[in-house]
Amino acid sequence: MATYIIRRLIWAAVMLTIVSIITFAIFFLVPRLAGATPESLATRYVGRTATAEQVKIAAEKLGFNDPLVVQYGRFAKGIVAGADYDYGPGVEHCPAPCFGYSFLTRLPVWPDLLDRLPVTMSLAIGAAILWVLAGVATGVVSALRRGSFFDRAAMTIALGGVSLPIFFTGMVSLVIFSYGLGITAPGGSFTPFLDDPAAWAYSLILPWITLAFLYAAGYARLTRAGMLETMSEDYIRTARAKGLTERTVVLKHGLRAALTPILTIFGLDVGLLLGGAVLTESTYSLPGMGKYAIDAITNQDLPKVMGVVLFAAFFVVVANLIVDLLYAVVDPRVRLA
Amino acid sequence: MTFLELKDLRIHFPTDDGLVKSVDGLSFSLERGKTLGIVGESGSGKSVTSLGILGLHKGGRARISGEIWLDGEELVSASAEHVRTLRGKKMAMIFQDPLSAMHPFYTVGAQIIEAYRIHHKVSKSVARKHAIEMLDRVGIPQPDRRVDSYPHEFSGGMRQRAMIAMALSCDPELLIADEPTTALDVTVQAQILDLMRDLQRDFNAALIIITHDLGVVAELSDDILVMYAGKAIEYGTSEDIFERPEHPYTWGLLGSMPRLDRERTERLMPIKGTPPSLINVPQGCAFHPRCTYGDRTGGKSTTEVPTLLESEGGHLVRCHLSGDVRRSIWENEIKPNLEAP
Repeated sequence: MATYIIRRLIWAAVMLTIVSIITFAIFFLVPRLAGATPESLATRYVGRTATAEQVKIAAEKLGFNDPLVVQYGRFAKGIVAGADYDYGPGVEHCPAPCFGYSFLTRLPVWPDLLDRLPVTMSLAIGAAILWVLAGVATGVVSALRRGSFFDRAAMTIALGGVSLPIFFTGMVSLVIFSYGLGITAPGGSFTPFLDDPAAWAYSLILPWITLAFLYAAGYARLTRAGMLETMSEDYIRTARAKGLTERTVVLKHGLRAALTPILTIFGLDVGLLLGGAVLTESTYSLPGMGKYAIDAITNQDLPKVMGVVLFAAFFVVVANLIVDLLYAVVDPRVRLA
Repeated sequence: MTFLELKDLRIHFPTDDGLVKSVDGLSFSLERGKTLGIVGESGSGKSVTSLGILGLHKGGRARISGEIWLDGEELVSASAEHVRTLRGKKMAMIFQDPLSAMHPFYTVGAQIIEAYRIHHKVSKSVARKHAIEMLDRVGIPQPDRRVDSYPHEFSGGMRQRAMIAMALSCDPELLIADEPTTALDVTVQAQILDLMRDLQRDFNAALIIITHDLGVVAELSDDILVMYAGKAIEYGTSEDIFERPEHPYTWGLLGSMPRLDRERTERLMPIKGTPPSLINVPQGCAFHPRCTYGDRTGGKSTTEVPTLLESEGGHLVRCHLSGDVRRSIWENEIKPNLEAP
């Protein structure tokens, strides 16, 4: 088990390094291959009004003339240990993890990301709890009553759920529940949990439900398929032969085994969402990571974009790591692998 | 009073393709301390019968009729909930493939403890002690350590021993073993059969062994029932079936048994063809398309369903051939080929 954990940890570190290399390459190597010079890269940092001389100095200071490996080393060092930016009159220290300064606001990117994180976390985790409960419960009941009215209705709704995009369901729900009936918060409202938990929940309930609906649909179908398969396993027959009640057979023996693949998908989904629920946040104008990413891309704010990409990748890798570790807890056979 | 008695049990499954008559009018009886071997090919209804006795078809799509009397109680008409309380306690089952029959996510101990605690209101530690005792009893070395192992950490033979420990944990009076040795190595098969014989003696349980292999039941069984297409076709004492078999299908089974005492140059005599579909059972005798002696019945085997009648040898046979013809075929054509020269 210990070797398994160590292997997973090393693997996660390797993954993060690879992601950082790829991100770096996309923003610095690819433009060079496409014909950009150190000066044209520096232009993005000093603005279009700068003189050719200023651009040249900036390119030198930013190290765009150095070999790419050195540049990547500096970039990686900035994230791990912080970096010093020499802007002429003085040196500005950017503490770790340093993703640089926003072109637009001149502020470091990292505190911005931390600011946005609670919104995205609130949204993702709240929705995740909802969709797991609803999706798995629906899937189990559907599987046990295969072919019943409930099963057919649930699976039809689930098909709708996976097919309808969030910018449609989101808009429709806002029009009906917020602006029509006035029972939920309008778009663009967010109250931090610590300020007022009730207002927090009120501001997020509609995004939660909309997002959860999208995912619950998939989980219901997945759970149903998994349960149908496990309930025909030999060990289920054994459990019944022992004289267990049907409830114990289904929950302790059937669902336990059917949940394993769902756990994998769940980890990935939550990891992805923590990196920014782009569509949901845009639809409801929630100031989270996804909205941040969209704004950064629209403004071509390079450090922000890189920061958000790496941060999102970090969550996916960490979520994967947690899933792998949980997997070993859930399925004893994995511990040997 | 007979301990276990089946009277005209029928278990039919309606499907889109038609009615599958898995068990079609089966009757037999069994006393405590005795062993019945049910023999037949795959799809002959052996396993469906055993699951039917345990009541595992209740609540499903199966149509069940007839009577199952267990220790004075009728189970076909009993409620599913009542039969559930008997399962594991009064009657238990050992399955064919212990790897797939044990839950991969729970330790062997946890699964035995669970089986025990359904029927006994005891603490976990008491149940655990009992589980270790049971593992010891079935010959698992270091049971106090192995109790915390997972099924995949056991060898095939060990797993089957653990499965037996689980089945016996509540001291059942009826034990059904469904192909208990089929998934095991030949060397381990003999050990498991020995173990089951010893345990049956100790527990004085009624034992049903279901198998396609006459060799398995030869040593263990008091009675043998040969099933074909959901029906009993021959039913008698072990001695009757091995010494004086009267049904062509039983002859076929005996001829398919590899035996060490036979000359290597002699070929096995397999039964030709495959078991019939249980939806379209052949007209007349279900075995007639595969029977070598059907032409000696004067055409009856293709038109009339034979009934299970007592033969002159004293056991039950379902065959149109007359007793004299059967005995003459056995003595002159089959037996000489089966015996070592």
